[in-house]
Amino acid sequence: MAARDAPPRLLPSGDSAITVEFSRDIDDAANRRVLALDRTLAAAPIAGVTETVPTYRSLLVHYDPVQIGFEALGEQLLALAQRPDPSAARTRRWRIPVAYGGEHGIDLEDVAKALDATPDDIVKRHVAGDYRVAMIGFTPGWSYLSGLDKFLHMPRRQNPRVLTPAGTISIGGVQTGIQCIAGPSGWHLLGRTAVRTYQLHRDPIFLLEPGDTVSFTPVDAKTFAEQDRAAEAGEFVAELVAA
Amino acid sequence: MSKLVISSIGPASSVQDGGRPGSQRYGLTPSGAMDRLALAAANTLVGNELFAAAVEIGPFGAAFTARCGAVRIGLAGASRSVDISGRAVAFDTSATLADGETLTLGFAKGGAFSYLAIEGGIAGEPMFGSLAVNARAGLGSPYPRPLQSGDELHVQPASGVAERRIELPALPDAPIRILFGPQDDEFSEDNKKLFLDSEWKISATSDRMGYRLEGPAIKHLHGHNIVSDGTVNGSIQVPGNGQPIVLMPDRGTSGGYPKIATVISADFGRFAQISAGHPFRFKAVTMAEAQAEARKFAELLRTLPDRLRPLEGLDLNLEALSAANVAGYAVNAVDAATWQVAEPATT
Repeated sequence: MAARDAPPRLLPSGDSAITVEFSRDIDDAANRRVLALDRTLAAAPIAGVTETVPTYRSLLVHYDPVQIGFEALGEQLLALAQRPDPSAARTRRWRIPVAYGGEHGIDLEDVAKALDATPDDIVKRHVAGDYRVAMIGFTPGWSYLSGLDKFLHMPRRQNPRVLTPAGTISIGGVQTGIQCIAGPSGWHLLGRTAVRTYQLHRDPIFLLEPGDTVSFTPVDAKTFAEQDRAAEAGEFVAELVAA
Repeated sequence: MSKLVISSIGPASSVQDGGRPGSQRYGLTPSGAMDRLALAAANTLVGNELFAAAVEIGPFGAAFTARCGAVRIGLAGASRSVDISGRAVAFDTSATLADGETLTLGFAKGGAFSYLAIEGGIAGEPMFGSLAVNARAGLGSPYPRPLQSGDELHVQPASGVAERRIELPALPDAPIRILFGPQDDEFSEDNKKLFLDSEWKISATSDRMGYRLEGPAIKHLHGHNIVSDGTVNGSIQVPGNGQPIVLMPDRGTSGGYPKIATVISADFGRFAQISAGHPFRFKAVTMAEAQAEARKFAELLRTLPDRLRPLEGLDLNLEALSAANVAGYAVNAVDAATWQVAEPATT
């Protein structure tokens, strides 16, 4: 990272974790720095660090306080945050099939109306996007993507739904996302993918990594059904375009 | 192989162990025991690894029956009345159920969770190295859900070694210690003081994801929405209504409410054991104090086996025997219940 970048803030999350905060807002540059520090730490591990959790604007670093104290770890993290990103060039790129609209994306028509556009236009804009996995959280495999077309930015639903289907592709605020398991959501549902970002008894269990690049390809309902069966049997269905 | 059949069990009871940390970056919550010291004590009683899988039993009673052989168990955590087919057994001890005998546990007293460890552990298929139940993610073994009557745990036959008790340090009835942060700057000094000076109660709607606190409303300086960031066990989130939620082992891995403070790791189990409705307070400490306590807690876990003692209650108690005879009751030498001094169930 450029030397002119302000150092991150070190915030204590109890006695066994440090939140390394690069920004208070959803900020693409901050997310890149979070992911860069995450890669740097993976390449040059610090004894006592047990786990890292990248999010939009900060890296949560879990550690064992028996092995390393807050001050010593904080100093090392600040130093690492200034290092150049070791492997940004080796980003993986995934193409993910999506059945848009109809029963697969029950909010597509309403989103089109709210944005004064046609459903086709919404799909075109969503498919044209080049997205990055900014973070994975909330439930297993729920991948938050940055890079949503500004035209598609819209507030979340007033009344969140209690249950939305597995594989839902949705938009909310300035983000789009891939939801893996069925669960509650306040986002607008555009479509569904057969891709399981989390599937037990498959190698790997988690398909996407924070920092991966993602684009979407529209498929029809028949293809979705075929892919869903294949995915259930353990196939990725997602296409790895570049590694 | 022996079996432990669950004859009856209340809600909030599940197989738990040390949990499955390491995949929080993929949204997978670590789960694991609410009170790790109690889990470790129960396992130590029967010679298991500290964080082997055991049954975490919620506030209500439960009953287990040994089948296809004897089963040796260890009990620790919130104390309860314990009875094995008519014999009273103390808490923080090991005991052996003969084939067909039933272990009956009463309601939890002075805590919320008790741990029933079984010699040799519980047979199951680990996912991410853990049998811990995380119902939302479909994880946990032998059942990926809370336990129900009729469930069966496959376990090894009892070894027949002498029973033990474990001498644990008395838990202080002291405030729960916290470290401010990571987002205490989202709150005014007055509101941080209100958080520390107030008496709190845990709401009955709490669960393994989070404990909801009841007390005065804590106000935010800049609203209650922040950009989601990572959470830990003991993160104290303050949502829009100002009533804090303390995140527990089944928490979401990220959260979008400002976190005013974090329960220190050494006090997390003691906090998890506070019963709904029981008043308590928080106390702020420094990072140096919190990390010194964390090191002491790790040392306590490491030295748990040194705290095992022979179970005096099982030595022939002549005084009790004599008293029983004087009173004219028949004493049956093979039925300990007639000559053993009943130990108080609250230890």
